[in-house]
Amino acid sequence: MAAKRLNQKDKYRCLTRDLGWEPSYQSKDAIYPYERFEGIKITDWDKWEDPFRLTMDAYWKYQAEKEKKLYAIFDAFAQNNGHQNISDARYVNALKLFLSGVTPLEYQAYQGFARVGRHFGGAGARVACQMQAIDELRHVQTQVHAMSHYNKHFNGLHDFAHMHDRVWFLSVPKSFFEDARTAGPFEFLTAISFSFEYVLTNLLFVPFMSGAAFNGDMATVTFGFSAQSDEARHMTLGLEVIKFLLEQHEDNVPIVQRWIDKWFWRGYRLLTLVGMMMDYMLPNKVMSWAEAWEVYFEQAGGALFKDLERYGIRPPKYVEQTTIGKEHISHQAWSIFYQYSQATNFHTWIPTDEELDWLSAKYPDTFDRYYRPRYEHWRDLQARGERFYNPTLPMLCQICQIPLAFTEPDAPTQLSHRSLVHEGERYHFCSDGCCDIFAHEPEKYVQAWLPVHQILQGNCGGGDVESVVRDYYNIDPGQDNFEYQGSPEQQRWQALQGAGRKAG
Amino acid sequence: MSIEIKTATVEPIRQTFSHIRRRFGDKPASRYQEASFDIEAATNFHYRPLWQPEKRLNDPSRTAVQMADWYAVSDPRQYYYGTYVQARARMQENAEHSFAFCEKRELLASLPAETRALVARLLLPLRHAELGANMNNSGIAADAFGTSVTQMHMFHAMDRLAVAQYLSRIGLLLEDDGLALLAEAKQRWLDEPAWQGLRRYVEDSLVVRDWFELSLAQNLVSDGLLYPLLFEHFDAQLVAIGAGQLGMLTEFMRLWFAESQRWVDALVKTAAAESPHNRELIEGWVSQWRSRAVQALLPLAEAGPGRDALDAIDSAFGARLKKLGLSGDAA
Repeated sequence: MAAKRLNQKDKYRCLTRDLGWEPSYQSKDAIYPYERFEGIKITDWDKWEDPFRLTMDAYWKYQAEKEKKLYAIFDAFAQNNGHQNISDARYVNALKLFLSGVTPLEYQAYQGFARVGRHFGGAGARVACQMQAIDELRHVQTQVHAMSHYNKHFNGLHDFAHMHDRVWFLSVPKSFFEDARTAGPFEFLTAISFSFEYVLTNLLFVPFMSGAAFNGDMATVTFGFSAQSDEARHMTLGLEVIKFLLEQHEDNVPIVQRWIDKWFWRGYRLLTLVGMMMDYMLPNKVMSWAEAWEVYFEQAGGALFKDLERYGIRPPKYVEQTTIGKEHISHQAWSIFYQYSQATNFHTWIPTDEELDWLSAKYPDTFDRYYRPRYEHWRDLQARGERFYNPTLPMLCQICQIPLAFTEPDAPTQLSHRSLVHEGERYHFCSDGCCDIFAHEPEKYVQAWLPVHQILQGNCGGGDVESVVRDYYNIDPGQDNFEYQGSPEQQRWQALQGAGRKAG
Repeated sequence: MSIEIKTATVEPIRQTFSHIRRRFGDKPASRYQEASFDIEAATNFHYRPLWQPEKRLNDPSRTAVQMADWYAVSDPRQYYYGTYVQARARMQENAEHSFAFCEKRELLASLPAETRALVARLLLPLRHAELGANMNNSGIAADAFGTSVTQMHMFHAMDRLAVAQYLSRIGLLLEDDGLALLAEAKQRWLDEPAWQGLRRYVEDSLVVRDWFELSLAQNLVSDGLLYPLLFEHFDAQLVAIGAGQLGMLTEFMRLWFAESQRWVDALVKTAAAESPHNRELIEGWVSQWRSRAVQALLPLAEAGPGRDALDAIDSAFGARLKKLGLSGDAA
């Protein structure tokens, strides 16, 4: 007799959610204690549509195949000193930003998905989240292994996790993800699965990986290709999450809308760092930040929010400000980092003439008018031996933690600054978006660990910035930080290129 | 004569990451080391969790067990994601062959009805207990501190889902209407007196808040008694009645259990050796969960390989505890 053949959907159900049962020795509330406090109403977990159907045996088989190929490339890359083939040593600064700013977020994703993978009442949703958890651990570890060879030949990568917990600008990504993980399980999924993975992944993951491809970085781009199918799974989970929440109960709609507003703005601010990377840190450019925003958010996101209209969801609040901001934020960010390069684990520089022309062409309405003169001024100073470093500490936004350097949406030469008094204290913000987020949950955001405040309060050791950078951040002065031109890194690269030519 | 390919040598400026150098010295590091140590955020957390405001986001105090350094715990298998999935892929390939072979030869269907009923009764409801184990380990991966500890639990969580899926597939092979058989097994899990002790144990474990206690209750005690009972002694019983082919389909569980005990032992041994405080806590938890587990498994032992088998398993378990530096005496 032959067993009855089940279709794939029934078989997957039998192998996942049918494993669950109604408990009777303990209450559901005791087993799933975090499912209600956010006000989200789940009437029927059985309505959850599995976003992908992968049993563990298939998962292992498929992932092991990918890992085998990936590590073969890593080995070959190290054996052949593949770092010599990148476009220019300046490119590695994008990797420094990635390893210290993004890889630790993958780690937080691992932790966050492991938690919701335990705590959702629906077995189907739990299993999907657990698979994402272990995938995210994969991304952390493969990124560390991809960068391991670079770390042996370049500065600034060597203490990425220590720096992530301490360095001023790394509090931007760190606080972003900690905000999501400290929230309830449904907000976490709306923040990370939907707003981040689904709506914005093409503006984070893809630019770094395309940057690697364009700049001869075989290790990183191979990681990117290898992680692509994981990312596709994560995106389908993000879309299922949002549809599930909206279909479960109409009372969920306003809660989810507020989360979308918040996490869109939080994500947009975080991506400023990516915009800067794309426009300034890649010797071979992929596309400009403004172009990426148009393609991946304005067009793709526009279609998505059209689709979500039927649930009563509108596009995120302040979305119109991003259409204006896309012409400005990458330039404003690079200007910040240029001035504060004494306190970063990567180098900065003035774009070459060719690069300045590229920026003029990509940003015809803003670059020559507002930003080129600034760079030319700094370049002149540098030529006179007076490379500009800003010795003061900037004021940070209480929410996104980026220095207050963005301009008003309708006045590109005027600094955007909002503030609010909460329980007798005044708090400062870079924008209406960040100010709104605070106003809704002040008791959460008053807790923010703002790096500048912490330095001034003496919580980062040292009496001066120099010793904070050296002893608290573990940034090796003169090696990891400051201007790229004339840096030991540039000198080593030039020597390497010279040796290569002689040998050839 | 050997051949020698000349490559350009480029001297590295450092051997490994600074945090790995501080821990293991200034020398090239293994991939396990670079993937597993000191990469979890440890300080300067921004916000208290809304779901647990009394703790920091990553907080070693989610267990009463105290370690000066949680990274003192490491995995004897040295698994990071890549080595883990490759090891499991090899195991699943063998399991797949066995399932395919059994299906092709109809090795289960040809068993006598009473043997099939015994297998259905003793193995199939276990798929639900495995889902509980999956949840517990995912929760521990979230609550514990330090990658070298949490990743072992995350891998273990996924392994438990796999075991539940293999058990389900045994159900699908046992009878024409495998789905009905699995539904029946679920009813046993919910109602049959012999399973209620284990179900209560599992549901009670799902509300344990101290992750180390939970890892003991699940991974050391429950598994340490249940796996030998149902995958070794019960397997021997099946061999004795001429149903040894079933062992092909549970071989994964035996290999997996032998392998995973190694990290569980390393975890418990390291934590118990840290301080008398830890040892006392661990002794207390182990003794309490062990007597409950033995009680819970007794009716299953009686339905299968017998009470003596359970006694033998429990005394072997006591010997295992002694090796871990615990008293090992039965409660």
